[in-house]
Amino acid sequence: MSAVLQTRNLVKKFGGFVATNDVSLNIERGARHALIGPNGAGKTTLINLLSGFLEPTSGEVVLKGEIVTKLAQHQRVKRGMVRTFQINCLFAEMTVLEAVSLAVCERLGLGGHWWRPLAAQRDAVDEAAALLASLHLADVANEQTRNLAYGKQRLIEIALALAAKPQVLLLDEPAAGVPTSESRELFETIARLPREVTILLIEHDMDLVFRFADRISVMVNGALLTENTPDEIARDKRVKEVYLGEALDG
Amino acid sequence: MSTTAPDLSPLRRAAAWKTPELIFWLLPIAAYFLFPKSLSLLSQMAITALFALSLDLILGYAGIVSLGHAAFFGLGAYAAGFLAKYGYGDPLLGLAVGALVAAIVGYITSFLVLRGSDLTRLMVTLGVAMMLYEAANKLTEFTGGVDGLQGVEMHQVIGLFGFDLYGKTAYWYSIGVLFVLFCLARRVVNSPFGLSLRGIKQNVRRMPAIGAPVNGRLTAVYTLGAAYAGIAGALLTQTTQFVSLDVLSFPRSAELMLMLVLGGSGRLYGALIGTMVFMVAHHYLSDLNPQYWQFWLGAVLVLVVLFARDGVMGLAQKMIKAGKS
Repeated sequence: MSAVLQTRNLVKKFGGFVATNDVSLNIERGARHALIGPNGAGKTTLINLLSGFLEPTSGEVVLKGEIVTKLAQHQRVKRGMVRTFQINCLFAEMTVLEAVSLAVCERLGLGGHWWRPLAAQRDAVDEAAALLASLHLADVANEQTRNLAYGKQRLIEIALALAAKPQVLLLDEPAAGVPTSESRELFETIARLPREVTILLIEHDMDLVFRFADRISVMVNGALLTENTPDEIARDKRVKEVYLGEALDG
Repeated sequence: MSTTAPDLSPLRRAAAWKTPELIFWLLPIAAYFLFPKSLSLLSQMAITALFALSLDLILGYAGIVSLGHAAFFGLGAYAAGFLAKYGYGDPLLGLAVGALVAAIVGYITSFLVLRGSDLTRLMVTLGVAMMLYEAANKLTEFTGGVDGLQGVEMHQVIGLFGFDLYGKTAYWYSIGVLFVLFCLARRVVNSPFGLSLRGIKQNVRRMPAIGAPVNGRLTAVYTLGAAYAGIAGALLTQTTQFVSLDVLSFPRSAELMLMLVLGGSGRLYGALIGTMVFMVAHHYLSDLNPQYWQFWLGAVLVLVVLFARDGVMGLAQKMIKAGKS
């Protein structure tokens, strides 16, 4: 197996604060890779660096062998790396179908087409509809996004990313704020994604992480502490200390 | 588990012409017969409505705030004025050149406008318009300065209809241009491009994450909005056969924003209705009291922003919804 996504000595400083400290990460093609660590460890910052939302102070991001450090966010999406957001980042006043159609249109390069109405882009709309059906969102397709329950909105967060047909999917706490009963369903959806899609997942629920991931990286204070299989991570004393320490502090 | 397909009909219907729209476009025909003595005011209304439409494209759909949109109106007005003054009096040519000049400047200045926040945009658009105003004010030998540009001689519209003393040709010409450009704008906002503009306005953070080049889209719509404003300006020049310096003035930009807010932005029809309400109110209120009419205008605006944020159109939509349920 080869690494589809790598970081090389990635550093991000905010003033004097080092949010990402010399992170070199290898994500294998097809992996279900989880990134765990206590609050403030720099997990979301890392996703922001990977997706191009933030520019690193130094180091490189390598996607499918190409250095993408200088590329804008949308250019990385075009190259197959797509993210979701920890806090819903949706189009509140669009219907669900419109929002997902928009994302499909962008992938198909139709976003600049200005003459024919959206509905005339049959392929895009049909694809959006099929995606919504596969996520069991068909019944809310014509609802405005802002009128939906939080759990449904979390699914739309993922639907927008899937509409971009990612090869590498960066999931930033997909189940954040969702009640446990619904988060199972959410993870079943994620687990059903085809194996060609490489997934990097940030998640706090350790049950979910250990059931889902085949590889786990642990981050502490902006740096990688260790990376291993779930079994090894579960046995790792340093990892236990990090989490235990946090529990005692809290 | 059920995997029923979503209902696609609401999306399919979204771009279809609806009955109230058809009724709306009968208004210009009715107005022609009801107010034959006010044709010049009605022409001005159509031109201003087109100008408001141009602001709606950039503000209402893409969310770019501008306090200097008169820059493009003025450029179009002067461009059409010079052209006609120096012998090229064909009206449609004038519109095309007005659009082109405004679009070029719109394209160039878009790169300034894209940078930064709403406040930056307000200041940059304001600044560009102020510079153009003072340039036109200073270049008296070309523009006539405060005296305005004289000697605008128009040919017949499509070689058939000369501009007459009663303003009949001017009226139908203005309405015709407004209608054609409205239909075009309607296509644009219902297209995937239009949807992407709404996406940028609603969530500029998410758009790059679904692969959309935000700046490219904003440049495109800003250029289009500038071209529309340029055509509106050219129309004013052609129908009045004169260019006054105030085509570039700050009040023209500011009042435009008021009209759009009054009518409701991001709906196209809000721009048209806001212009009508504003200009009719202006007409009657300034008859009542020429000096203090802006007092009532101010009062109405405060009420709109506080209690009917989506303007006349938003209020109407709410009432229709309430009536149905």
